Amino acid sequence: MATTTTTPELKTYIGKRVRRVEDPRLITGTATYVDDIRKPGMLHAAVLRSPYAAAKITGIAIEKALALPGVKAVYTGKDVAAVGPVPCAGSMEDLRIPDHRILARERVYYVGHPVVAVVATDRYIAADALDLIEVDYEPTEVISDPEEALKDGAVRVHPEYPDNVAFTYKQAKGDVDKAFEEADFTCEERILVPRLAPIPMETRGVVADWDEGAKELTLYSSTQIPHLLKTQLALQLDMPEHHIRVIAPEVGGGFGSKCNVWAEEALACFVAMDLKKPIKWIESRRESIQVVAHGRAHVDTIEIAAKKDGTLTGLKLHIVCDIGAHHQLLTPIIPTLAVLMLPGLYKFRSFKASLVGAFTNRAPSDLYRGAGRPEATYVLERIVDKMARILGMDPAEIRFKNFPEPAEFPFETVTGLQYDSGDYAAAFHKALDKIDYKACREEQKKARAEGRLYGIGISTYGELCAFGPSPATPAGGWECASVNVKATGKVEVLTGISPHGQGEETSFSQMVADAFGIPMSDVVVIHGDTAKVSYGIGTFGSRGIAIGGSALHLAMQDIVAKATKYAAHILDVDADTVTFKNGTFSSSAAEQTLSFADVALETHLCRKLPPGTEPGLTATRFFEPSNFAFPFGAHICTVEVDQETGETTILRFVAVDDCGKIINPLLVEGQIHGGVAQGLGPAFMEGVIYDEEGQLLNGTMMDYAIPKARHMPWIETDRTETPSTVNPLGVKGVGEAGTIGSLPAFVNAVVDALSPLGVDHVDIPMTPQSIWRVIQERSRS
Amino acid sequence: MEKTIRVKVNGREYERVVEPRLLLVHFLREDLELTGTHIGCETTVCGACTVLLEGRSVKACSIFAVQADGKEITTIEGMASHGDMHAVQEAFWNEHGLQCGFCTPGMIMSVEQLLNDNANPTKDEIRHGIEGNLCRCTGYQHIINAVEAAAKAKAGA
Repeated sequence: MATTTTTPELKTYIGKRVRRVEDPRLITGTATYVDDIRKPGMLHAAVLRSPYAAAKITGIAIEKALALPGVKAVYTGKDVAAVGPVPCAGSMEDLRIPDHRILARERVYYVGHPVVAVVATDRYIAADALDLIEVDYEPTEVISDPEEALKDGAVRVHPEYPDNVAFTYKQAKGDVDKAFEEADFTCEERILVPRLAPIPMETRGVVADWDEGAKELTLYSSTQIPHLLKTQLALQLDMPEHHIRVIAPEVGGGFGSKCNVWAEEALACFVAMDLKKPIKWIESRRESIQVVAHGRAHVDTIEIAAKKDGTLTGLKLHIVCDIGAHHQLLTPIIPTLAVLMLPGLYKFRSFKASLVGAFTNRAPSDLYRGAGRPEATYVLERIVDKMARILGMDPAEIRFKNFPEPAEFPFETVTGLQYDSGDYAAAFHKALDKIDYKACREEQKKARAEGRLYGIGISTYGELCAFGPSPATPAGGWECASVNVKATGKVEVLTGISPHGQGEETSFSQMVADAFGIPMSDVVVIHGDTAKVSYGIGTFGSRGIAIGGSALHLAMQDIVAKATKYAAHILDVDADTVTFKNGTFSSSAAEQTLSFADVALETHLCRKLPPGTEPGLTATRFFEPSNFAFPFGAHICTVEVDQETGETTILRFVAVDDCGKIINPLLVEGQIHGGVAQGLGPAFMEGVIYDEEGQLLNGTMMDYAIPKARHMPWIETDRTETPSTVNPLGVKGVGEAGTIGSLPAFVNAVVDALSPLGVDHVDIPMTPQSIWRVIQERSRS
Repeated sequence: MEKTIRVKVNGREYERVVEPRLLLVHFLREDLELTGTHIGCETTVCGACTVLLEGRSVKACSIFAVQADGKEITTIEGMASHGDMHAVQEAFWNEHGLQCGFCTPGMIMSVEQLLNDNANPTKDEIRHGIEGNLCRCTGYQHIINAVEAAAKAKAGA
């Protein structure tokens, strides 16, 4: 059944299924993405990339390319040496940051490493010119596998370092060795979490425009972080920051991949200033899969200790993270989030975790939807299931046994996080009831009796969201909002977040409409332009409403406070007697009432200015959260595996998520659905594959599979609503929940289905081929 | 080498001189400035560039502009008429069938053909009908709702 959506002729908007204000431009083809931007005299850039995973560059011949009619310039690494390195925000003591230039100099370190840039009058000529450039490479030895890279005597990715250790990170609490000694049962698993390509449907792209007269550089970039990008460009280009403007136009998906500072952004700026011409560069899909930082890339070893009653006592984790040849912005930080979130929703008493980042001759890895939390949740939920099997306990029971009680919040985890609020059992019960867990287990008995492979998979997950308190985030974790009320009563909101599909133009308009008692159509939400919005951090880490919305909430409070003063003065009553409700200022001491628009006009005309009050009705506020917020939930999946083909069919998928207070349930469901798709993709089809020579084997969308409509189950959503205590809205964040919760539910279901064959783990992606192989091996043994 | 082509796009006639290698999608986007049709993969997989050529959906990234000579094309810009949204567009809006919106124009064009071929598709027929269009944001569920709603609206119209 199709859902019904309320149209925006409502009295109040928060909590309603309001359709989006963004959509008309998007569904009529009138939105402006970066490739839709055209500037007079604009030239097109293309980038030549290394076909080798490791090589010395011994010569570059550009003459033939330069001679091609329409080619305006060719740049090599030497030509752009003035541009500073691609930034990395990591700060571990032993962190090694190799010199990461925007174009390669003496060596290339991975397939796709940018080497030469060509600029021409159109994109076809630029592409032709790439074919005319001759680069002499002297291939050197390659190290592609992260575990091999860490062995003694391994080929070194960066010869200037004695080994391939990019960084290490260790955390521990409690006596974990004792917990393991005294445990009734322990178990261990080695789990691969493959590299994933983020694949936003719009690839990266930029238009750089230099205004020689004003000495102003404008960069249009498909980015999640226009403000941070502006600051970084100022540093890379050694330019005054106030002469740089970054605009994120319509952005066609990001999923973390555009929460970065990319070589091509500074490159386009440098070329635009050098040639004094606007420069457009649009990434091809092949380039995108090759070089846009892959997510995950872990080899994890997890151990768990338990008492025979199911109490979980100790946890050990070792992560080898394949970081590739270079760091991107957050490369070393992301796997540390996996360590922090390792305890999930459970009351562990002790833990020990170690993480090693390994340099390899592969493209950099970095954040991708969930960023560290899907990895942690996946390995934890796998090992908890395995322990339940060893104990002969139901996998639901072991989870209930180890949740903190609602009264224990704020709950401090063994890794030192303070979970804000939660009722984990309530969400889990709701999911179990929704899928009718008992009936599923009955069905499983029946299926097994008939020799069918039927499985039920549970994942109870928690995540750390609403990034975040500034001390815990590398570039500040606050957000900024300005509310400008116009003389006509219309409202302009300027926000530092940079939504790209999440729909905050709608959810923020809902908030403003309710706060001021005006229609949503009287509100405009402006974002993604550093010349309009003073500053902000951006959209990532499920922070848009929790942080950006909280800043807006504070600014609206200021507006109402000031407007109330005006109203009191105009009504000639004491301000304490004035109330503002449903868009009307009224006082017990006056018969006359004033609308929001009346007061807005008076603040501009100032015919009766309250003493000590300035004209105008604007407010700018910043919100700094006291902590992260911690959404949670339970995903349950039932599957049947075809023994003959290894094909898995998802029978049902239930997702009960708690993301705190909700502004728009329609948008929340959309986030969950999309998140689940990005958790299930890696579960059964996705994964970047490199061979031993560091060659990327599935570098186009002909080879790298992402879910199509027919691969997706019908997702049955529900929710509980536990307000967060760390922001005034009670919002927790929802952007990543689906991705984090879904993967382990699917994998646990398939392993459960295969368990009669003695299977207790299969790595992802669980393709029909890999499942078929497991079935064949087990049937033989 | 260059060739003159005549096409009718969204009801309007155009005559342009093009290189034989120019892809239809670049012709639409750059020569005719109809940028609603997007490029997502350049290999026919993603369907962001889907347009109707002689009433049938095609991927404009994989045919040449010269192949469209003398033919009629409908792009996303041609779907709404006189400011009124097409039933499929309205349904995508009502059902939250899009997030970032990049795949949406191509998705809507595919759905248009799907509903022209089958006025009352089942969920599985919808899944099959949008097989050639990838969306990374929605998990497709709200798109399927939108197609059902559009079918209903069209039947009632």
